[in-house]
Amino acid sequence: MLAIATVYLIALLSAEKQILIIALLLAGIAVVIAAAWFGVLEGLGATFADHENALGGWAIIAALAAAAYFYDNHFVLLLVITVLLYSVATLGLNVQFGYAGVLNFAGASFFGIGAYTSAVLNTYTSLPHVLVLAAGGFLAALAGSLLLFPVLRTRGHYAAVVTIAFALLFKTFLEVNDVLGGPQGMQVKGMRILGWSFNDNIEIGKISLSFYMNYFVVGLLLLVGAIILVRRLERSWIGLNLDALRLDETAANCFGLDIARWKITAFLIGNFLIGIAGALFGMVGGFVAPNNYTFADSLILVSILLLGGIGNPWGLIVATIIVVVVPEKLQTIQEYRFLLYALMVIAVLLFRPQGLLPRPVRRYFPGWRP
Amino acid sequence: MDAGLFAQYVMNGLMLGMMYALVAVGFTLFFGVLDVIKFSHGDVLTVGAFTALAAYAGLRALGINSEGFELAVMLVLATLAMAFLGMAIARYLVMPLRSAPALNTLLITLMLGTVLRESVRLFYPQGANPKPFPALLPRASLDIGEFNLRLDNILMLTAGVLVIVGLQYLLNRTKLGLAIRAVAQDEETARTMGINFTAIVLITFAIGSGLAAFAGVMNGLYYNEINFGIGLYLGVIGFSAAIIGGLGSIYGAILGGFLFAGLQTVGTVLLPFASAYKDVFAFAVVIAIMAWRPTGLIQEKISERV
Repeated sequence: MLAIATVYLIALLSAEKQILIIALLLAGIAVVIAAAWFGVLEGLGATFADHENALGGWAIIAALAAAAYFYDNHFVLLLVITVLLYSVATLGLNVQFGYAGVLNFAGASFFGIGAYTSAVLNTYTSLPHVLVLAAGGFLAALAGSLLLFPVLRTRGHYAAVVTIAFALLFKTFLEVNDVLGGPQGMQVKGMRILGWSFNDNIEIGKISLSFYMNYFVVGLLLLVGAIILVRRLERSWIGLNLDALRLDETAANCFGLDIARWKITAFLIGNFLIGIAGALFGMVGGFVAPNNYTFADSLILVSILLLGGIGNPWGLIVATIIVVVVPEKLQTIQEYRFLLYALMVIAVLLFRPQGLLPRPVRRYFPGWRP
Repeated sequence: MDAGLFAQYVMNGLMLGMMYALVAVGFTLFFGVLDVIKFSHGDVLTVGAFTALAAYAGLRALGINSEGFELAVMLVLATLAMAFLGMAIARYLVMPLRSAPALNTLLITLMLGTVLRESVRLFYPQGANPKPFPALLPRASLDIGEFNLRLDNILMLTAGVLVIVGLQYLLNRTKLGLAIRAVAQDEETARTMGINFTAIVLITFAIGSGLAAFAGVMNGLYYNEINFGIGLYLGVIGFSAAIIGGLGSIYGAILGGFLFAGLQTVGTVLLPFASAYKDVFAFAVVIAIMAWRPTGLIQEKISERV
């Protein structure tokens, strides 16, 4: 099943003709709707849930296969990397919002903090670049901790405005700050680990691989790490605490949970993940500018979360693929793509408000049925 | 500081504050009756401003050149059109999602805002470029020292005050206002008292969206230029203003609007070397206010139900 999905994705990514792309998209939608109609999807979902580890393994193989197929295609690999890193970032949001219920409408800002960290550190210091990634995460978490006090004190819409204000503040700050390049942004030096420069094409015998392949591997490792972390977190008592917190703060408090402590934990872990993803993204793109980290981008992150189904890492990945790849491939309707994208989200919210792949009940043992 | 310059700053602040307050009042009205945040509010404002511009172009094409008449037609058309748009949004997007989580409503209206914004950009003739907005008010001005008192600003401020006073009268002195307040206070009780809930919600959305159109025309007249992005900016500021004032309170929204404009102005004056940071300053203060008063300056009465 996953193999079919992979082949479909590869076909979609490699398709150049617009008509072919539209046909492929329509066919994909039709197949999914038909499967849902005939009740195939539930069985499939149950099978996936039973063999989650195997699914993870196959997904990695599928990603590798897709990357191998496009070994010399810069553009497609960049797209795939974007999907990987956005997935990591939305996983971070997922910890904040899906588990602990802490709203964050400044996802892109924390992503941007990570990217700018890598820009500044790579330019002015000779810190090893793996540490730069970690530093991106730490700084994003640190900046998030500035917001902790208002976020903890407020709730619902009032909490939303704190992060929205931060998102606007951050973008304006970047635009007017000359040290960070102002509206023009900054160059970011490529990644280099142990003398291995990531910005050169890889030559193996006669085959030359796109330099994005390096980043792809790091991005994939990051995503796998993030998924394992988030999954472990969800299955542990921490995840249980966070769920309790989200579902009913008062009740959780009555049972002795320290609300502030767990909200802080979730918020910082989430920001850390977003920051790391941002740091790597800065290096991949080679360039950071304020316009890439606006409030609208934060909204895209949040809508990925809702589209995929809050709390389900697999749903997030599927939703990220849809949100990142579809607009890029639909070049004919380039002008209209935001319009169509917004209409699509409205349709999903109206007709499937729980998201494409809703979060299943927590399972402590794969395959276990009560 | 020179008194004339000071007066100039105050005047600018008042104009901005009036626009922000009008937008914020819309947010707070919607929140009052339905407990939802309608984020497409700012983009309704954009559409309103562009409707007015289209009406102006239409009138010019018909060969009518009386400025007062044109302005009146533009205002009426824009306000009515946006009132209908607001009702349609409430009826077909917001009401069906009443049982869904609040975030879904927020997101669906945000996306609707994107649809409206993109539609203006794509389908209005050359909508992607900033459009000049005609200066239809009398251009007379009075120089007092360094202070340039413009008649059109005074007219706009007066109109804004009149609109707010009128809204106040509507809400506190009429039967309709009573019904709106009843629905805001307790939906179920209001229903049992024979109030048509759906109709009241739709009327409230019409009023709020009409106000947004008014603010949009005012924005166009003040800057003599509109573009498809004004709504996003004004919408977010209006939302922040409604929040720092305290959602659900009309006075809070007005206070919040003027406070935000005041913060921006103070930011410009206090940081003359870096007046570009005025928005950074204003939003930082908003965050600080939220930390200090988590439910806004005029606090909503909330009780924890267990």
